[in-house]
Amino acid sequence: MTLLPYAGGTLVALVLPRLLYPVLALDILLWGLFAVSVDLLLGFGGLLSFGHAAFWGFGGYAGAITAKALGVPFPVAAVVGAVSAAALAVPFGFLAIRRRGIYFAMVTLAFAQMLFYLANEWRALTGGENGVQGVPRVLPGLSVGRSIDFYYAALPLVIVGFALAIRIVHSPFGHVLVAIRDNEARAQALGYHTWRYKLLAFALSGGLAGLAGALFALGHGFASLDLLHWTTSGTAVLMTILGGIGTLWGSLVGAAVVLLVRDTLTNVPEASGVVTGAIFVVIVLAFRRGLWPTLADLIRLARSRSLGS
Amino acid sequence: MEYVALQLFNGLANGSFYALLSLGLAVIFGVLRVVNFAHGAFYMLGAFGAYLLLQDFGVGFWPALAIAPLAIGLAAMGLERLLIRRLYGLDPLYNFLLTFGLTLIIQDGMRLRFGLQGQPYPAPAELGGSLSLGPVGYPVYRLFVIVFSLAVCVLVWYLIERTRVGMVVRASTERPELTRALGINVDRWVTPVFGFGVALAALGGVLAAPMRNVSPLMGSELIIFTFAVVVIGGMGSIVGAVVAGFLVGILASLAAVFDPALENVLAFALMAVVLLVRPAGLFGSVDRT
Repeated sequence: MTLLPYAGGTLVALVLPRLLYPVLALDILLWGLFAVSVDLLLGFGGLLSFGHAAFWGFGGYAGAITAKALGVPFPVAAVVGAVSAAALAVPFGFLAIRRRGIYFAMVTLAFAQMLFYLANEWRALTGGENGVQGVPRVLPGLSVGRSIDFYYAALPLVIVGFALAIRIVHSPFGHVLVAIRDNEARAQALGYHTWRYKLLAFALSGGLAGLAGALFALGHGFASLDLLHWTTSGTAVLMTILGGIGTLWGSLVGAAVVLLVRDTLTNVPEASGVVTGAIFVVIVLAFRRGLWPTLADLIRLARSRSLGS
Repeated sequence: MEYVALQLFNGLANGSFYALLSLGLAVIFGVLRVVNFAHGAFYMLGAFGAYLLLQDFGVGFWPALAIAPLAIGLAAMGLERLLIRRLYGLDPLYNFLLTFGLTLIIQDGMRLRFGLQGQPYPAPAELGGSLSLGPVGYPVYRLFVIVFSLAVCVLVWYLIERTRVGMVVRASTERPELTRALGINVDRWVTPVFGFGVALAALGGVLAAPMRNVSPLMGSELIIFTFAVVVIGGMGSIVGAVVAGFLVGILASLAAVFDPALENVLAFALMAVVLLVRPAGLFGSVDRT
């Protein structure tokens, strides 16, 4: 019974590129993993990172540059991206967790913006405004040139990332994290070095965002400054909240909804910002529960009705 | 040497905007416990207000300096009544997210209407030309911006620290329940304070119009710098906001003397140092949230 969402999720992931076009399906998958990394911190650690674009982008650049310079198979480049992002998250997290709540959000946002400027200035490495272009995606023994092939080749890595997030949440470490979220002083009184838990959670979350960002850059064949932009961080937060904070699954649903809405507006990019902002305003004011808990309630209701009749 | 002196003045001019914006943020945060992400968008609207007043109605700089902040402040009061007010009981993060959403709507709405191209706005004729200051000549308009902003900052400080209205606002900041118990209607001040803080941002926008191109994205990066300034100065501290604003402006411009790439990064590096050494900020006291 508890395996049902996993089986269902895998099935949806398998048929998704047949229902939509493969690039959009890949975007949903990777933005979904990105939003999951935000939810890991927000839903279970109570830390709202408004600068997760730093890790998504750093992973993206690291993965793209590795693949281009060394010509390694794309999963290797993706892992390099994930590890680099996790490593970057250690100093950022070390400084950011010195503040809480709204300050934490502001500090993470500021650090991400610093990285944006650095990437813009360091043209020799990042290509500045042009970005890193012509990133090869190779996998010995398989052809991953077509988007749909790349989708299925990248899917196992995304599933591993998502499974990792679920594993973290259900581990003793995850429970301590929730205890810190609910009452940090009490967790400290129980003898936990809470900052260590917060820092590790931040690094793990950064690593997941980096994995998603690296696969995103490899899948699209380029890494650009957009990856590091502050609106990118905001979009990931929006997906998490729309899906339902602290549900992990909801982040995937949130990502799908936001990207599907945006996909209908590709002709007018400015309108996409207005619509994203409007969704933000509406869910924050009137729909803070999010889609996943609402969906779960509806299913439960339907099931009890069918049992009753 | 001349370049250093020039950069010093540029730093003061940039710092004026940081100070005006972080001052407004601090005043709003003090009373409402709201970190207003849309502050940069209101700054941009201030600049557009001046631009449109001139284009469509032929209203010049000086009237615009009063009209635009007033109109935008009033509009913000409506926004506070309509939306922001609904989230007061909740975690302040929700209002941060709400104002983030509003930022996207305002900013991209303006992009739809005006495009990305920056619009020039002429400096008032009385403030044209440049003034010789020792080794360098410096545009009169920029000197005016520095002096005017400083005067506004001092005025706001006086208003909050030395007048009866300011006393009520400070009291409701520190002990809202106790202030209510003393028979003061705290809620009455919430909406005007929000409008006032936003008007300061719009005032910054009008001042910026002749210096920088008027464009829909002009506030989006400024707001993130302002957040760094606020973390450096200590949130909620009026003096901290102003001092940190000018400090960041000057240091960033001086850093650009060594390497232009440093200018944008310095504010954030400074923030990192402050977080390490004095997490509450230079003028911050207790961590309230």
